[in-house]
Amino acid sequence: MPAFAARLCALQGVAAGGSGWRPGPAPHQRQQWAGITASSAQDAAAAAAAAPSPPKSIAEKIGFIGAGQMGEALLRGFLRAKLLGMWHTGLLLPSSLLHSVKDWERREALERMGVGSVFGDATEGGSCDVANFARILLLCTKPQALPEVLESLAPHVTEEHLVISIAAGVTLNTMEQALGPHVRVVRVMPNTPALVQCGATAYALGRNATERDAELVDLLFSSVGFCIQVQEKQLDAVTGLSGSGPAFVYLMIEALADGGVAAGLPRETALALAAKTVKGAAQMVFSDDATSESGMVHPGVLKDRVASPAGTTIAGLTELESSGVRGAFIRAVTRAAARSKELAG
Amino acid sequence: MDKRIGFIGAGQMAEALARAFIAQGVCRADQIFATDVVGERKEVFRSFNTKPVDSNAEVVKSADVIFIAVKPQYVSVVLREVRPHLEDRHTVVSIAAGDAAGDGVRLVRVMPNTPCLVGETAAAMCLGGKADDSDADLVRRLFEAVGKIYRVDEKLLSAVTGLSGSGPAYVFVMIEALADGGVRAGLPRDIAQQLAAQTVLGSAKMVLETGKHPGALKDMVTSPAGTTIAGVHELEKAGVRAAFINAVYSATQRADELAKLGA
Repeated sequence: MPAFAARLCALQGVAAGGSGWRPGPAPHQRQQWAGITASSAQDAAAAAAAAPSPPKSIAEKIGFIGAGQMGEALLRGFLRAKLLGMWHTGLLLPSSLLHSVKDWERREALERMGVGSVFGDATEGGSCDVANFARILLLCTKPQALPEVLESLAPHVTEEHLVISIAAGVTLNTMEQALGPHVRVVRVMPNTPALVQCGATAYALGRNATERDAELVDLLFSSVGFCIQVQEKQLDAVTGLSGSGPAFVYLMIEALADGGVAAGLPRETALALAAKTVKGAAQMVFSDDATSESGMVHPGVLKDRVASPAGTTIAGLTELESSGVRGAFIRAVTRAAARSKELAG
Repeated sequence: MDKRIGFIGAGQMAEALARAFIAQGVCRADQIFATDVVGERKEVFRSFNTKPVDSNAEVVKSADVIFIAVKPQYVSVVLREVRPHLEDRHTVVSIAAGDAAGDGVRLVRVMPNTPCLVGETAAAMCLGGKADDSDADLVRRLFEAVGKIYRVDEKLLSAVTGLSGSGPAYVFVMIEALADGGVRAGLPRDIAQQLAAQTVLGSAKMVLETGKHPGALKDMVTSPAGTTIAGVHELEKAGVRAAFINAVYSATQRADELAKLGA
C-alpha cells in the first residue's frame, strides 16, 4: 500500500475516537443518499469488500461552496485522485462531494461528473444543506463573495465542522469573526496545476484548528500535488510564488516555443519540445540527491552540469543573464505577493 | 522487443537509457550489450545485469540497434571503426551532438536532453544514410521509454539543440530566480525552492495535458487587477519573452558553428 494511503488508514483509525473531525453520517443516513447515484452504493459496497477490515470512520464527505476556476480544478483533481486509486475508498466518493453552486449549466456538468448537487445557491438555503451533509466545507468562491457566504454559513456551522477557504486575501481572523468562536478554520493557497495532480499548496491553521485538521488538509491537498504548512503571514508570499507562478511559467513556455520557431522549427514541434523541456527540467530538481537534506538538487548545480565549455547552453544562458531575467522573476513574485497583501486590506 | 541493443560508450546517458528500456519492458537486461574505455562503467552495466563486452566490434556483433554514446569528438572515429562490421540488420543511433556521416548506414541521429536521466526527455530525431521509416519507428519506440521524441529535418537539429538541448538550463535559472523571489517575499529557502520547482513542473504538465495554448492558460489565471497580472506585468516590462527567444536563437547559432567546426 502506498505510504500515502497508509497514513490515511491510520488517520481514520485514530479519528474515530478523537476530537477534531467526526465520522460521517450513520449507516441509515447513507442508505438514504445511496439513491442519488447508483455508483455511490456500488462504491460503498466495493469499499466494504476491498477493505481488509471495516474502517472505523465512515465516509467523510466534503461540501464545496462555489466552484470558480480554482475550485473546479480542485474538484476535478480530487476526483481524478480517486480514479487513480490514491484514496482509500470509503473516504472520498464522487457522490459525496456536494456542491452549492449558482449556475444551472455548471451544476449539470458537475452532476455528470458524479457530484451530488445541492439546489439553491449559498444564500438560499444551500449553505444549510451543505453544512448538514458535510463536516468538511471547502469555500471556493471569489474573495469578494466570501463575506456573504460566511454570513449565510454562520448559523449552520458548529465545532464539528472544518471550514477550509481557498480565497486569496481573506484572513483567518475574518473567517473566525464571521463564523463564531468555536469553528475550526484553515486557509489554503493552492494552485491550478492541482487539476493535473501536480499542484503546489500551502496552508495556515486557524486558532481552533487541530493537528488532525492539519493532517486532513495535508492528505486532501497531497492527493493533488505537494502540500506544506506555513504561518499565515507567509501566505502572501506563497500567493506570489506558487499561486501566481503558473502564469509566469506559461509565459516562458510560449517564449521558448517562439524561440524555436525563430530558429526554424514548426510551431507544433517547438511548443511540444518547449513544454516537455520545462517539465523534464523541473523533474530533475526533484531527483534524489544524497548530498541534499531536502532531497532536491540545487538548480544552480544542475545548470552548471549542463553548461559545457563554449557550448550552446552557455551561449543561451549568456542571453538570459544579459537581459536580467533573474531579476525580472524576483520582481514578478514580490510584486504579486505585494498585490496579495494590498488585496487583503 | 526481439532486438538486441548495444551501447558504444556507457556513460550516464547510456545508463539512463539502458535502465529505462529494462524498467519499461522494452527489452530484457540480457539483451543489452555495452562497452566503454573506462572499466568502471562496464562494471556499472554489469551491476544491473546487462552484458558488458570488451570492444566496439563485439557490441556490433552482439546487437541489432547500436547506440553511439561517446563524446561528440569521437563519434566519427567510432563510426569509421564499426562501419566494416555493420550488416543489414543494424540500425545505428547517434545521440551525441557530433556530426555523423551516414553513408551506407541506417543512421538515426537523436538529440535528447538531460532530463533523459529522469525519464523525461524532450528529444528529436532525423534519418541519415539508408535509414527508413521502420528505423524511425524503432527509435521512437525506444525513446518513448524515456520521454517524448519528435521527428525533424536534419537541418533543424541545431534548432532542437538550442531549444530542448539547452533549454533545461534556462529552466534551472528560472526556478532559482522564482525561489529567490519567494525568499525576498519572506519564505524560507527550502519552502521557496520546493514551491518554485513544483509550480514549474505543474504548469508544464498543464500545457502538456490540457493541450491548451500557454497564452490561453495564462489568460485563465490572470484575474482583473489581481496578483498574477501584477507579476506578469513585471515580466513583460523586463522583456523576458525576448530574452528567452534570444537564448534559444543564440544557442542554435552556436550549434551551427560547432557543426561547421566538426565537419
